[in-house]
Amino acid sequence: MSILVYTETDNGKFKKNAFEVASYAKNIADQMGESVTALAINAENADELGTYGVSKVLGISNDSLKGFNAKAYASAIAQAAEMEGSKVIIVSSSADSKYLSGILAARLNAGYVPNVVAAPEGISPFMVKRTAFSNKGFAHTEISSEVKIIGVSNNAFGLVENTTDAVVEPFDPSINDNDFGVKSVEVDKVVGKATIADADIVVSAGRGLKGPENWGMIEELADILGAATACSKPVSDLGWRPHGEHVGQTGKPVASNLYIAIGISGAIQHLAGVSASKTKVVINNDPEAPFFKAADYGIVGDAFEVVPELIEKLKEFKAQNA
Amino acid sequence: MKILVCISNVPDTTSKINFTDDDTKFDTNGVQFVINPNDEFGLTRAMWFKEKQGATVHVATVGDASVEPTIRKALAIGADEGIRINAAPKDGFFVARQLAEIVKNGGYDLIIAGRESIDYNGGMVPGIMASLLDMNFVNTCIDLEVDGTEATAQREIDGGKEKISTSLPLIIGGQKGLVEESDLRIPNMRGIMMARKKALNIVDPIDAPSPTNDKKFERPAAKGPVKLVDAGNVGELVNLLHNEAKAL
Ligand SMILES: Cc1cc2nc3c(=O)[nH]c(=O)nc-3n(C[C@H](O)[C@H](O)[C@H](O)COP(=O)(O)OP(=O)(O)OC[C@H]3O[C@@H](n4cnc5c(N)ncnc54)[C@H](O)[C@@H]3O)c2cc1C
Repeated sequence: MSILVYTETDNGKFKKNAFEVASYAKNIADQMGESVTALAINAENADELGTYGVSKVLGISNDSLKGFNAKAYASAIAQAAEMEGSKVIIVSSSADSKYLSGILAARLNAGYVPNVVAAPEGISPFMVKRTAFSNKGFAHTEISSEVKIIGVSNNAFGLVENTTDAVVEPFDPSINDNDFGVKSVEVDKVVGKATIADADIVVSAGRGLKGPENWGMIEELADILGAATACSKPVSDLGWRPHGEHVGQTGKPVASNLYIAIGISGAIQHLAGVSASKTKVVINNDPEAPFFKAADYGIVGDAFEVVPELIEKLKEFKAQNA
Repeated sequence: MKILVCISNVPDTTSKINFTDDDTKFDTNGVQFVINPNDEFGLTRAMWFKEKQGATVHVATVGDASVEPTIRKALAIGADEGIRINAAPKDGFFVARQLAEIVKNGGYDLIIAGRESIDYNGGMVPGIMASLLDMNFVNTCIDLEVDGTEATAQREIDGGKEKISTSLPLIIGGQKGLVEESDLRIPNMRGIMMARKKALNIVDPIDAPSPTNDKKFERPAAKGPVKLVDAGNVGELVNLLHNEAKAL
């Protein structure tokens, strides 16, 4: 028996969340006296996972699985779990992992708990802590099925090194045509830029920016910080920014280490989706803006003066700390 | 085309979240329940199919009698028939099993669910249903066109979007983007009157497991006050983020 972890890749390279889920799996494996087996699909350096406590990697090398396909990937994970006799499966909380987890749960008759923010509180009974009510609460959830699937929230557990020699074994699950009823025609993805889901830092701006023509300074700030850019809902509704940048309760969730909100009021629906971020900074000219109550650091001031100044100060900081 | 829209009855987005019974239950006191926002986009897209391409639209919810105003609202918006599966929604697995049973017996071509409901945020119902029914499934769906039995969809992915081709019968997990926010509908008087006459079928639940169980809830810890930095001293913010928050 081993704990199985599904490790995501992007163009053959492991995503940061792959190392995070591996770290999480190692924590459970130690509590249960087991080892960690990872499933890696078309990964270039599968042995990298050893750094985070994985002792065996089932490496799939299969051209038909080059692009993500939820059903086919779920099928591969299910077959790996059955082969390894794994009763606990760890996945991330990325859009792709959430997509495949429901399919996987039905296939393995497993209880699935997404948005988990901490190592299990108990193994028997098996209890995990997760966010609920769009981050306005937490639930302590028991999983009673024999097979359990846990979706770990981004940045919730962090990376824990536990260097082990990872043995990489080829794995060739049977994938059939029926798995490809949904075909990817085209992927339109920004390359070379941090995404909201993966970024350590997210720079977000709202209607206070007045118009799309003013986003240059937001992008410059994000560039310096290696951050992803995001926006409030009205900004994407107005077409100032693409829909994919809308964060909040009905948009993308943000669980970054640092979230900088510029010209965003901090309505309850916005806060619900971003409050899982560790450190929150708000820049707003209205001292009564509700965001100040939810933030760790704040500047009451005009974004059009504060942001250029912040860019200058960050350039100086970078030069000194290079 | 026969469409089923799965609707979750959730606390309104502005609801304050509290718990009762020693933090073991969600406190519904004073909470207004609404159609889950992700499902509302799906319902409106279903209305579009009905009006533009011809479709019959049913809505289904798992819940006790208290969810009926939400189903009536969907009927007032234009759905043809409502189905209430008479059971407390225990967990995502349980709900998906109940809905899958409705799909199995209803001969639907398209099943529209939300990406997730904004109360428990499980996001597993459409995927479990798709797997149980062995149907094609597109999650985080932001655009859907149907031509005969062929469908093209777009889904939101981390950092962009993906165009997909697939075929009916199909299940989607939908969200904002399926229709514009400005196209969402508020029931008018005529719709409300008509909804009263539409069928709201009450169905007994099937026996289904609920492998997860929320034992206890907790509210996030109270936050300390914000640390304000003078607008004339922006460098201090960089300093605090580096030395105190360790965020740079
Ligand atoms: C069902 C539902 C779901 C929703 N989901 C979401 C969601 O997921 N995400 C989301 O963001 N919203 C969501 N909303 C909308 C939400 O209620 C707010 O309307 C929205 O977040 C406000 O966006 P904003 O702060 O950019 O704009 P505003 O409310 O217009 O606030 C702009 C802010 O900018 C400040 N400002 C103006 N000029 C300047 C300046 N020069 N310098 C600095 N500050 C300035 C103002 O003081 C103000 O605080 C939802 C609403 C509903 C009803």
